[in-house]
Amino acid sequence: MCLGIPGQIVAITDEPRQMGMAEVSGVRREVSLACVADRPLSDLIGEWVLIHVGFAMAVIDEKEAEETLEALRGLGEAQETLEQMAEGDRALAGGM
Amino acid sequence: MRYVEEFRDPKAAKALIAAIARVADQIGATAANPVRIMEICGGHTHAIFRYGLDKLVHEGIEFIHGPGCPVCVLPMARVDECIEIAERPEVIFATFGDAMRVPGAKGSLLQAKSRGADVRTVYSPLDALELARRNPDREVVFFGLGFETTTPSTALSIQLAAREGLTNFSVFCNHITVPPPIKALLDDPHMKLDGFVGPGHVSMVIGIHPYDFIAEDYGKPLVVAGFEPLDLLQSVLMVLQQIAEGRAEIENQYARVVPEHGNPVSIAAIADVYEPRPSFEWRGLGEIDASGLRIRDAYLDWDAETKFGIGYAAAGGRAHVEEPEGCACGSVMTGRMKPTQCPQFGRGCTPDTPLGALMVSSEGACAAYWTYGGARLIEAAE
Ligand code: SF4
Repeated sequence: MCLGIPGQIVAITDEPRQMGMAEVSGVRREVSLACVADRPLSDLIGEWVLIHVGFAMAVIDEKEAEETLEALRGLGEAQETLEQMAEGDRALAGGM
Repeated sequence: MRYVEEFRDPKAAKALIAAIARVADQIGATAANPVRIMEICGGHTHAIFRYGLDKLVHEGIEFIHGPGCPVCVLPMARVDECIEIAERPEVIFATFGDAMRVPGAKGSLLQAKSRGADVRTVYSPLDALELARRNPDREVVFFGLGFETTTPSTALSIQLAAREGLTNFSVFCNHITVPPPIKALLDDPHMKLDGFVGPGHVSMVIGIHPYDFIAEDYGKPLVVAGFEPLDLLQSVLMVLQQIAEGRAEIENQYARVVPEHGNPVSIAAIADVYEPRPSFEWRGLGEIDASGLRIRDAYLDWDAETKFGIGYAAAGGRAHVEEPEGCACGSVMTGRMKPTQCPQFGRGCTPDTPLGALMVSSEGACAAYWTYGGARLIEAAE
């Protein structure tokens, strides 16, 4: 919950609500770009960001993204976060 | 050095460990008279144990595990209040998975769910917002939990709900802030701390200046750190160098992610939606002044405490619930006791049957001791 996970922004999905699609370890997840919207949203496509509970919180470079992901895998946190994303999808589907 | 080969860059790790040893010797740190460094963040606690950093560094360095795991410091009464909300028939209670197994006096959210409460684990408050959009006839309550790292997410979600007029969404706000408990620990005369490794992702949001008082008023160094093992070793070295040179400054080891002044959008959203509560209760630490946030009057329609008249908004005042008998969470959290010294460690209290919150989350000191030391540590303690 506190450690965040790197993802790459692949599309802007909802300009007025500042939402975009991020690819996180091969999984796609819609995230808020509000906290990194100090530039035109379209400029974020292709950028790596650190995502905390569905919000992109910082733009980072690719090397930092790779090393962070490796550290998260070492701690078991990367897998846990991906599971939490899947669980969020299930909660929306009505599953309990 | 059993584990160093696992590091991303074993050579760099060995060099840092050697440099730490040199400075530790230079300042006369020994096992009997160690330099006590508190890592505030639970993510750091987890990384220290995972990589055995406490064993790898010079014996004159003692890590004190700070109160930086939001699930671990959640008081029993707060868990009970969650369950009270979750058990209302009209409510869908949405929470981060981390909070599901935290024990309250009335059991955990997981137990409430098995009794029939509609509790759903979500990844993000955005999922809870979506639940509210899709279920207009239900009340969706999101369990807002965490330090400054997660606070912007609920602030921005409340702003979105307000903009959309989504009134069946509310937040049960348990957000807490890092600086006040640090001040409380520094004011504790029984506590001896020589320096701090500061939380990286919290600082990404608030910047490094909220810690200035630690250097200016208390004369202690703090180094904001990333959570990779090399980041942590380098930060420990930076703390030691400050001590050796008689300096006390706030330094930023994690500048590649942490801007000096934080994230302006997040800071603005937090200030717009939240204000400090006069005081807030922490498990193991008690009430701490201005350490928790509440939702401002302008957004009270999205405040679950007000909506359901519970917690700090309860008519008769808020109930305090005592910690379970024999639980030493408070002493462990303030560094007075090692987890293995708790009589419940590994006996009444394990990650599968947690008695205290420090055993629930992978960021809790007791769970970290157990996971990476387990039964071996109990034998050693006996
Ligand atoms: S072992 Fe359990 S009861 Fe004892 S301090 Fe740790 S979490 Fe608390």
